Amino acid sequence: MKAFQKTASAILASTLIASAAQAAQISDDEIRIGYLADMSGTYRDLAGPGGLEALKMAAEDFGGTVDGKKIVIFNADDLNKPDVGANTVRQWVDERNVDMVTGLVASSVVLAATKVVEQADKLALISGAASSGITNEFCSPNHIHWTYDTYALANGTAKAVLGAGGKSWYMLTADYAFGHAMEADITKVVEGGGGSVVGKVRHPFPSSDFSSYVLQAQGSGAEVIALANAGADTVNALKTASQFGVTQSGQKLAGMVVFLNDIHAMGLDVTQGLMLTTGWYWDMNDETRAWAKRYHERVGSMPTMAQAGVYSATMHYLNAVKATGSDDTTTVRAKMAATPINDMFAKGGQIREDGRMVHDMYLVQVKTPAESKGEWDLYKIVSTIPGEQAFRPLAESQCKLVKDQVAKH
Amino acid sequence: MSSLENIQAAAAVHPKVEQQRQRAALLRKRGFYLALLGVALVAPLAVYPVFLMKLLCFALFACAFNLLLGFAGLLSFGHAAFLASGGYVTGYLLSQYSGLSTELGILAGTTASGLLGLGFGLLAIRRQGIYFAMITLALAQLVFFMFVQAPFTGGENGLQGVPRGHLFGLFDLSSNLAMYYFVLAVFVFGFAVIQRTIHSPYGQVLKAIRDNEPRAISLGYNVDAHKLLAFVISATLTGLAGATKTVVFQLASLTDAHWHMSGEVILMTLLGGVGTVLGPLVGAGVVVTLQSYLSNGPLGDWVHVILGVIFVLCVLLFRAGIVGWLQKLISRNFK
Amino acid sequence: MTLLFGIPLSVLLGQLLLGLINGAFYALLSLGLAIIFGLLRIINFAHGAQYMLGAFAAWLGLSYLGVNYWVALLLAPLLVGAIGMAIERHLLRRIAGEDHLYGLLLTFGLALIVEGSFVKLFGVSGASYPMPELLKGGYNLGFMFLPTYRAWVVVAALVVCIATWYMIERTRLGSYLRAGTENPKLMQAFGINVPLLITLTYGYGAALAAFAGVLAAPIYPVSPTMGANLLIVVFAVVVIGGMGSIMGAIVTGLAMGLIEGLTKVFYPEAANTVVFLVMVIVLLVRPAGLFGKEA
Repeated sequence: MKAFQKTASAILASTLIASAAQAAQISDDEIRIGYLADMSGTYRDLAGPGGLEALKMAAEDFGGTVDGKKIVIFNADDLNKPDVGANTVRQWVDERNVDMVTGLVASSVVLAATKVVEQADKLALISGAASSGITNEFCSPNHIHWTYDTYALANGTAKAVLGAGGKSWYMLTADYAFGHAMEADITKVVEGGGGSVVGKVRHPFPSSDFSSYVLQAQGSGAEVIALANAGADTVNALKTASQFGVTQSGQKLAGMVVFLNDIHAMGLDVTQGLMLTTGWYWDMNDETRAWAKRYHERVGSMPTMAQAGVYSATMHYLNAVKATGSDDTTTVRAKMAATPINDMFAKGGQIREDGRMVHDMYLVQVKTPAESKGEWDLYKIVSTIPGEQAFRPLAESQCKLVKDQVAKH
Repeated sequence: MSSLENIQAAAAVHPKVEQQRQRAALLRKRGFYLALLGVALVAPLAVYPVFLMKLLCFALFACAFNLLLGFAGLLSFGHAAFLASGGYVTGYLLSQYSGLSTELGILAGTTASGLLGLGFGLLAIRRQGIYFAMITLALAQLVFFMFVQAPFTGGENGLQGVPRGHLFGLFDLSSNLAMYYFVLAVFVFGFAVIQRTIHSPYGQVLKAIRDNEPRAISLGYNVDAHKLLAFVISATLTGLAGATKTVVFQLASLTDAHWHMSGEVILMTLLGGVGTVLGPLVGAGVVVTLQSYLSNGPLGDWVHVILGVIFVLCVLLFRAGIVGWLQKLISRNFK
Repeated sequence: MTLLFGIPLSVLLGQLLLGLINGAFYALLSLGLAIIFGLLRIINFAHGAQYMLGAFAAWLGLSYLGVNYWVALLLAPLLVGAIGMAIERHLLRRIAGEDHLYGLLLTFGLALIVEGSFVKLFGVSGASYPMPELLKGGYNLGFMFLPTYRAWVVVAALVVCIATWYMIERTRLGSYLRAGTENPKLMQAFGINVPLLITLTYGYGAALAAFAGVLAAPIYPVSPTMGANLLIVVFAVVVIGGMGSIMGAIVTGLAMGLIEGLTKVFYPEAANTVVFLVMVIVLLVRPAGLFGKEA
């Protein structure tokens, strides 16, 4: 009965929104989507060309049109440069009247691009970026952070490792804003859970040689070495740790921002046993496997969570456009928030007022070579972290949109 | 007989003819620049203004760089430091003091770059050739490190949402068109300063030093002081370009401080033609256009490869650059 | 425990040893650059790409042809050296005698092409090269755990460096080379085939880079961008040592490794920058580098 009421009210709400938006309709009689990502640099394999393919899959699954209005896709390489990214988005909205921008990987590019999107009152659906600041101090009504963020990753992994008995921690931090923020997040979890941080080293970003830092971490005698860095830095640190016998000497490694493509590149010999948090994994159920199989046929590798996130975010967006018959930002954003996300990516996902898409995260462990049955059979799911626990609670938010709400009540 | 003596001899024979010829050349040149300015004034009607602004900023950057490489013979591999410091100082001031009018912010950034240029110059100016390039690179890397560490730059995230503000506290620059004409004015000013420098007696001495330093020394010129001044002017104008760019894009980031940027400006200058007046402009135009349009197109992930191919072809076939090559073509066929 | 500057002596020893290992890489790479600069007067911006090619040749050989590490250590440098010689003959030769700047730009362009294509082909995450069986494990030195492979890197790099130095400074071929550096025209007049000498030199420099690449493959990710970031540091090493100085490149390479190692303990944030600080200071005091001759 309750479910029926819920559905009924949802239908009612959507018809109301739809009728209100009837006047807005679809601008230019096209739904224009821009895909902005690093297509040639460090983050290419995380989202890059694969994410664009995922976006195209979403458009094709919609039949290429929404109620007869064509879906048009633009794409660009941001070269990981904020000025290039911001300029591209500015040009898209000024010249082509693009309705929605997705992809969005390097945090610095995302911050620059979302400023432009906000000014132009368009919508950005961020899948690739990590920084939790995107929906905290940098939040806006014009962007939604879809797949994961540093808070969720650090929180999930640190809690799990702490729970498994790692009480004394050593931090290996990338020396820039992102690394510092993550270091703070982890420290909070560790100290809140009765552990202690016994030491830390901040390495330049990026670094190629980690032997010195690993040796310092080893010498600290800490039970856990946390890697508050990302991408190539994490990969290098993990490889080095394995050569210096860190795990043999009883220390545990906790990688915070590690993606499927990183594990694949490093191989299971080096990464086996590593605990990490992910927003999605291709081998979770029939639905994810079916989608991943289609993706694999087109791209030649298995999708990362960022690539799956692009598909999910786009589908949800297109559904909202279809339901409201409009591509007006406010209308679509409201409809997206009013509709729970139920697809191959998330079950019962919700978009909060700060723009965070809250969904379950997964604590996984990297398989041993013996356990792995194929090139991409890399994770085993240890536990599911419910969405409410995974992401930064609104009570701790610095987002201006949330503060407004609190003030009103 | 050298070509100079040739000309002198010819002038001696036909002073009037020569005078007329020079006057005609000057008029042609003026006419050409006016036509160019005319095109620039109507360009935003046809081309996206933000793209044009980017082009103008980089063109100014390349022209400032060319002043040093083309006319003083000094290859700096650290000009990114000036571009970035101009941008950061301007960006920081405009974000912190909301009442500050835009031109004052830009002026502050430009001055900061000029001072930094003076510091670099004092340390580097006595070094020759490749050592000069390397010491400027090293200094620029130290500045890069400072920008990574200093709290006011926002580290990797950079400075975001810098307000464009009001020109002289009066004219709102938030519209792209208003901003464009301001940037055009800045560019024309910078370009004029460079022209004035090149054609001044000081510029002649610079060229003499470039072509034969021992000779210039023996003629009694203080070579180091001349080079230093050229370096400071170049750094200051680079700072002006960086400051203006920050206002246009409303952000300042580490991209501008990275050594790749120092390499990029060499590419632009070389591609257009080292030591030619319009070369850097053309070179900047080609590189910026390529970067903007390649990254949007189907060749998106081939940007680096295509730039590399252009580099190689340019070195093998067009060593004089596009403008240098055109000049040769024109002088061969029309004179 | 003995303390030195507030750091246990044992920790410091470990860090110095690691510094020496990194220094061995720097020495090997800067040696190649120095040799090329010495004879060709070209700053080889493609050195990073050649280093990367060496690592990739080893990885591709193992993955597709089953070529093992030891064979790769020999074959990859030969292959990359051959490519280097082709580049010299067909491209660099055309700009011989032009400003140094053009050599730098040409090799930079080549590096962009090679690295860009490899990114397109292999992505940027890079591949993992398995540790050769013989060099797995490590020694417990008491103050640190030293992986066998790292010890091997130091030995291999130093042997190659010293052999190269010996060849250039003590053999007839080397004397031709040195003479060619001083006065190529005179050498040509004496009936020495200078163009061939130049081709061989460039090939050897590229081969050294590739050798370093194979050495690096098991400990660093084999990725298209692995050389690009290292290159700028190696340049600094060559400049500090004095452009074209063989001994300068080797000694400075090792010394920079040690200095960087110490920085990583006392001020890790500056680890990537310290080499440039040293460069500024050295060039202010000795304008032609530590071992260079004033032009």
